[in-house]
Amino acid sequence: MSQRPRRSPHPRERRMIFANIDREGYTPDIDSYVRHGGYEQLRKAITMEPDAIVNEVKASGLRGRGGAGFPCGVKWGFIRRGGPKPTYLICNADESEPGTFKDRYIIHQDPHQLIEGMIISCFALDVHLAYIYIRGEFPEGAKILEKAIAEAKEKGYLGKNLLDTGFDLEIYVHRGAGAYICGEETGLIESLEGKRAYPRIKPPYFPAVLGLYQCPTIVNNVETLCHVKHIIGMGGAEYAKIGRPNNTGTRILCISGDVVRPGYFEVELGAVTLGEAINELCGGLKPGRKLKAIIPGGSSAKVLRADERFKIKTKAEDGSMVDKEIGVEDILMDFDSLAAVGSMAGSGGVIVMDDSRDMVWTLNNLNEFYAHESCGQCTPCREGSLWMRKITDRILAGGGVDNDPDVLKNVADNIAGKTICAFGEACSWPTQSFVLKFRDEFTAKARKPLPPPIPPEYTPDTLIAETPRLPATNQA
Amino acid sequence: MQIPPELLAKVDEAISHYPVSKRSAALPLLHLFQEHFGYIAQESILWIAEKLELQPIHILELVTFYPMFRQKMAGKYHIRVCRTLSCAMAGSYELREKICKATGIDPHAGGHHDPIAVSPDGRYSIEFVECIASCGSAPVCMINDDFYEGVTEASITDLLARYQ
Amino acid sequence: MSTETATAPPPVQMLNVQIDGVWMQFPKGTRLIEACAQANKFIPRYCYHPKLSSPGNCRMCLIEMGMPKMGPDRQPELGEDGRPVINWIPRPQISCAQDVAEGMAVRTDSPMVQDARKGVLEFLLINHPLDCPVCDQAGECRLQEFSVEHGNSKSRFLEHKVKKPKNVAIGPRITLDDERCILCSRCVRFMREVAKDDVLGFVNRGSYNTLTCHPERTLDSNYSLNTVDICPVGALTSNDFRFKMRVWFLAETKSFCTSCATGCNTTISARQGTIYRQTPRENNDVNSSWMCDYGRLNFHYLQSPDRLVRPSAKIVPPEENEPGWDEALLRAGKALRSYKGSEVAIIASGRQTNEELYLTAELARQIGTEQIDIVPHLDLGDDLLLSADRNPNVAGARLLGVSAPTPGERLRSIADGVRSGAIKALIVLGEDATEAGLTEEDLKKTDLLITLSLLPNATTRQADYLFPSAGFAEKRGSMINKTNRLQRLNRAVEPPGEARDDWEILRDLLNASREAAADSSDLFTIEDLFRQMAAATPALNGLSLSRIGDLGLPLEL
Repeated sequence: MSQRPRRSPHPRERRMIFANIDREGYTPDIDSYVRHGGYEQLRKAITMEPDAIVNEVKASGLRGRGGAGFPCGVKWGFIRRGGPKPTYLICNADESEPGTFKDRYIIHQDPHQLIEGMIISCFALDVHLAYIYIRGEFPEGAKILEKAIAEAKEKGYLGKNLLDTGFDLEIYVHRGAGAYICGEETGLIESLEGKRAYPRIKPPYFPAVLGLYQCPTIVNNVETLCHVKHIIGMGGAEYAKIGRPNNTGTRILCISGDVVRPGYFEVELGAVTLGEAINELCGGLKPGRKLKAIIPGGSSAKVLRADERFKIKTKAEDGSMVDKEIGVEDILMDFDSLAAVGSMAGSGGVIVMDDSRDMVWTLNNLNEFYAHESCGQCTPCREGSLWMRKITDRILAGGGVDNDPDVLKNVADNIAGKTICAFGEACSWPTQSFVLKFRDEFTAKARKPLPPPIPPEYTPDTLIAETPRLPATNQA
Repeated sequence: MQIPPELLAKVDEAISHYPVSKRSAALPLLHLFQEHFGYIAQESILWIAEKLELQPIHILELVTFYPMFRQKMAGKYHIRVCRTLSCAMAGSYELREKICKATGIDPHAGGHHDPIAVSPDGRYSIEFVECIASCGSAPVCMINDDFYEGVTEASITDLLARYQ
Repeated sequence: MSTETATAPPPVQMLNVQIDGVWMQFPKGTRLIEACAQANKFIPRYCYHPKLSSPGNCRMCLIEMGMPKMGPDRQPELGEDGRPVINWIPRPQISCAQDVAEGMAVRTDSPMVQDARKGVLEFLLINHPLDCPVCDQAGECRLQEFSVEHGNSKSRFLEHKVKKPKNVAIGPRITLDDERCILCSRCVRFMREVAKDDVLGFVNRGSYNTLTCHPERTLDSNYSLNTVDICPVGALTSNDFRFKMRVWFLAETKSFCTSCATGCNTTISARQGTIYRQTPRENNDVNSSWMCDYGRLNFHYLQSPDRLVRPSAKIVPPEENEPGWDEALLRAGKALRSYKGSEVAIIASGRQTNEELYLTAELARQIGTEQIDIVPHLDLGDDLLLSADRNPNVAGARLLGVSAPTPGERLRSIADGVRSGAIKALIVLGEDATEAGLTEEDLKKTDLLITLSLLPNATTRQADYLFPSAGFAEKRGSMINKTNRLQRLNRAVEPPGEARDDWEILRDLLNASREAAADSSDLFTIEDLFRQMAAATPALNGLSLSRIGDLGLPLEL
């Protein structure tokens, strides 16, 4: 396996989850983990009442790191211990949001951190059977996790009567097979049940009520579960001091695209601005290039244009809320700040585009991704995602017609908010935001007049081919 | 169909991971069969369905839904090149072209339902796949289960030389 | 009265729901889409079927929904009208998978809802082949229907459509067109949840999703054709019906299936004397919304070219071989008079209607014979609908005294009587006596053989008097199914040629067999006959054919 040379953390980073990533001499085995203080938090957790653990997580303000940013403690709070049905925990390690590449490193380099986080979580939630749903394209990662689980069992951290607590827990690794939709928690559950990963309707299938095998189920992201370990280590209140109110803790930014040093950076939430992330953490843009656009939270997040200005509410020194106008580079990298500018922190994946990039091409790349990954269960996403891809395909091939930008935008509008799962938003937000914010690039490429309706019948090929100028109106 | 004992042992082990529902073992079994036979044959679908007490359609539904499963042989070395945005920006389309050229694979072969193109000698096959979660070191690819990042048009030649 | 209320079941909780501005009440547990329908606000839908699980996948039933705005005291805030103030959810919600809740409010026709429907319909049509002129579903297609009502008239789609398999023989009785399929999964769920033969599924992904069977299995269940009924579009079509007739030309008649003792309620669709199809009709006390393929397709014999269309009498000179109805009936009746009661036997049928059975019993009384029974028809049944008893009206035959307590137990002595010569005259009604223990040679021994039949058989070949009668779809009458439910047949088509209603034949034969001649009958219509039968039969007292209704009535037997 070829790995990029390891790099020491940037001074602006605060490494907690990634403390051992790229660390010289650190190996993924249990001895290395224990040597570096591993499983101490588990030893602490088992002396606590399970409800106390849940309360610490609630107090920490931890928000899910998978994409939606839902408060973890609230999610856990839906589980009633001692109900008639068993509760399951599933670790969502199906990392597949384009632009995101953090779980990969935890799994490959520090698997026991995840296992420990899971054991603590299972102990808190009275879970005796847990699964790690890892994406199929991490075969090595699956092996590493399986080995880590075996090691933990051998050392008594896992399995029957773990650490003499009388508590039994089995964790199994379950490999996906290349479907992005398995990152959606109900799709993941269906997949784990051995079915096509068709997300379930909510209501009634909220996982905390009717999840895996119709039992209460908690699905948490890899990074989220790792945070649980650290919350137990320092206490929820202490953890909540990291970052900003309602945006607590650290988060791993995954920055890729047109920057000098792309990579991952663990920072306190809200501690760096988007501009600092690009210019300081990543060493800025390539020489001679100007910033054009940023997708700030995984490919589904709405794109930001470099020259956009936003009016936001911010806290003044005296504590009152004041209006402030900011630019893209001033946006704080946290959940609320990115939501305030109409995008999202999502999965932490930041894709940077400089002025060499064609926005139609960029959107087409994403449209191809979403058209490929739509599960096809519900109508708007199934038909709309491929339609959007076909339109941008045709525009790129030279067959753009003048109403394409409007149709694109409207197709996206007809998907968002009307589907079973959030994939509907995920696939339409790029189109909505690209067409809105880079409309001139789309209109420049989509200039042919709309062909008349039948007859004669026009195909995309006739549009793409060197066509004679078609009549300007389509009405007979 | 003839299932070698070592595969059977793995199958039974995998099923034991799902005490609530055998059906959950469908994906793990498909992985095991693909690893063993190189692809998912019709008789594998029937065998797995019977083993899990399912209808064959339940397995066929999975094989055609999850892109990692294939119903025909790939090359001895199956190369997955990431197609999605960050890798594409870093040159993955060009990388794919380069690999096709170097291995003799027809870059226009395949299609939506048959995304895997195989070289004439059967040694290599290529598949353009969606994001494999290493955007910070784009472009990336996998050769069988091995992962490679920051693959340049120059380095791919050396890389391929390791897979003969 | 007070004691009665004490034992009454607890009252169903009624919930207040606002539909398009009007507050109404619905019982707890009512599905929202059904509540709207009850309020005369029909919500378009594709995947939703009340008898199947709700996957919520088509997104056609999106509505705008809200819940009461809660005040700081966790109680709903009330508006000026004293009703809760509604917090509307900013995105449309599906109405097929949620039950009504207290204070819930819906808008079924707001701009948000109209936009959502337009959008979904456009999505459903962009890859649809739009081949309505050659599609069998045309005229009863929900895509057509809802497009007219909620869709766009103009296409914005300039791209190539997704190609999928067409003309797929997915089962022995069904053809699949995947390009027309809207992937609603009704058929998949029916086969899984109702037919318990989970052979259908989707392969591929996204817009390429394709309905199929595994190549080694086919959709060959005896309930497969129900998938055609519930397919909202022209994806699944019945081989038996496709390309035969445009549905808008079909006249529909409510009936029930007479192929077994279940009596599944049906709709018979016919045009100009020809039946084109038989489909299940919802009756939750009998067959839910389903029927078996065997029963459904078991009507073609009515249209056989072999149908008997003229009465015939063997024992008259050849030139008078076709004597006409009046003459043949008179002669047959007269011939019967020359035998003692003990010399006559009647092989009746569990396929006869109650009215026919009543007259058959009268005939037996008139003749003075007790040698009467029906022919059992038993075969394999299943756990769903198909009864092992293939006679549709054994309960009626028992009630009216035509069947032995155990159906068919008197057939042996009848056969013995025929063989020994003790029985000289035999009346066979809608059965073939060679299926009742007699051989064709035995039949030759009878002096008088009178039969009513639809089709030629060994008995009709030997018959001295042959009266062509009417099939189940060609006549009116009633039967009692295996759960003692009284159900009504209606006439969908006329009997062929000169064939007559069985009850009329029996009435005239009965009259002709009386010593005191004819026209004593006051039975002019089948209603008269039913009234007479009901008066004479305690279990039917007070009933009439019209009172049976389209869904039948349970009887206490």
